[in-house]
Amino acid sequence: MTEAVKVPSAKESFLEPLIANNPVMIQVLGICSSLAVTSSMKTAFVMGVSVTAVTAFSNLAVSCVRKLIPGSVRIIAQMTIIASLVIIVDQILRAFAFDLSKQLSVYVGLIITNCIVMGRTEGFALKYPPLPSFCDGLGNGLGYLLVLCVVGTIREIFGSGTWFGLSVMQTVNNGGWYVPCGFLVMPPCAFFILGSLIWLVKTFRKDLQEPNEYDTHREDY
Amino acid sequence: MEHYISLFIESVFIQNMALAFFLGMCTFLAVSKKVTTAAGLGAAVIMVQVLAVPVNNLINTFILKPDAIIEGLDLSFLSFITYIGVIAALVQVLEMVLDKFFPALYSALGIFLPLITVNCVIFAGVSFMVQRDYTFAESVVYGVGSGFSWALAIVLLAAIRERLKYADAPAGLHGLPLTFITAGLMAIGFMSFSGIQL
Repeated sequence: MTEAVKVPSAKESFLEPLIANNPVMIQVLGICSSLAVTSSMKTAFVMGVSVTAVTAFSNLAVSCVRKLIPGSVRIIAQMTIIASLVIIVDQILRAFAFDLSKQLSVYVGLIITNCIVMGRTEGFALKYPPLPSFCDGLGNGLGYLLVLCVVGTIREIFGSGTWFGLSVMQTVNNGGWYVPCGFLVMPPCAFFILGSLIWLVKTFRKDLQEPNEYDTHREDY
Repeated sequence: MEHYISLFIESVFIQNMALAFFLGMCTFLAVSKKVTTAAGLGAAVIMVQVLAVPVNNLINTFILKPDAIIEGLDLSFLSFITYIGVIAALVQVLEMVLDKFFPALYSALGIFLPLITVNCVIFAGVSFMVQRDYTFAESVVYGVGSGFSWALAIVLLAAIRERLKYADAPAGLHGLPLTFITAGLMAIGFMSFSGIQL
């Protein structure tokens, strides 16, 4: 890594993680919360926005002080910055959306240990100037939000017939026609949806496929 | 005594950290290729969890709770930053102690130990302990139970994955997507524990 690193432009660093290098689908980071909060759109959306804010601003802050942090204590320094930002987000949620903050329970605090945030500060912000870092954080956060919204939409519409709490398909209980698929709101279902989404992505992006360790079609073992 | 036994059973099976709350998923999916490595990581998580939950319980009771130090002083807004600092320090101390007294175990755990700081199982264990207002004795039991629940889940998943690599799955499904679906099926299996009356 002796050659001079090319600093990516703000636009590049924003757009790349959004689709082409999505943190959840391609890099498979930050899975915990994307599984746990996606049973309804409201929680998924709020969680996505919180993570976006934390990732963007922690990237900005770490990038601003990147030349002052000694290598040996950089993890602790990053943790402190991230934890302070998460405290701010938590206090804001408690002040303005208390019910949602109760629903998200420990998952707001868990943004601190979300691999996306730490991965971006460690992998990007420590190397590049503030503006591209901020955009990179924003792009990664929005990429995460995007996946959360896709999973949340599938689970809420088919699981309870609503979207953001608004009725989309009248359920039988409310005198409508739709029998909600209760399985979709149950936690394990998130595994299947996310697994299938990653399968879909890998089917179209052959370069990401993991080679099979054993060729089951060979006969001369 | 009965209370503590039921708390332990509850934290291992009913409120399994990995399969009921989806915590520590990044390492759960990434480090579950072989049973031996998974068991090593599981042991490390149990060790840190057993220390971190009770220690943070003491800190929470005597420092952070409203009116704990001085009448009228509420430090609970500092909770996240304190917990993560304590966890990082504990991991560092544990690393030094293991290096000094149990070098074999230390080299077996290798890179996993420092990485546990950023594993959400530990942080979530501490947060749940605070949220549920456990006493000190309860927090010790909960620390053992929740650490053990995660270790159990990752060892089971690793054992399944060791067999899964012989499976003739579609190209895109190999590796992670298949692991996701396996973990989902395991989570459904663990849901059946939720019917246990304690």
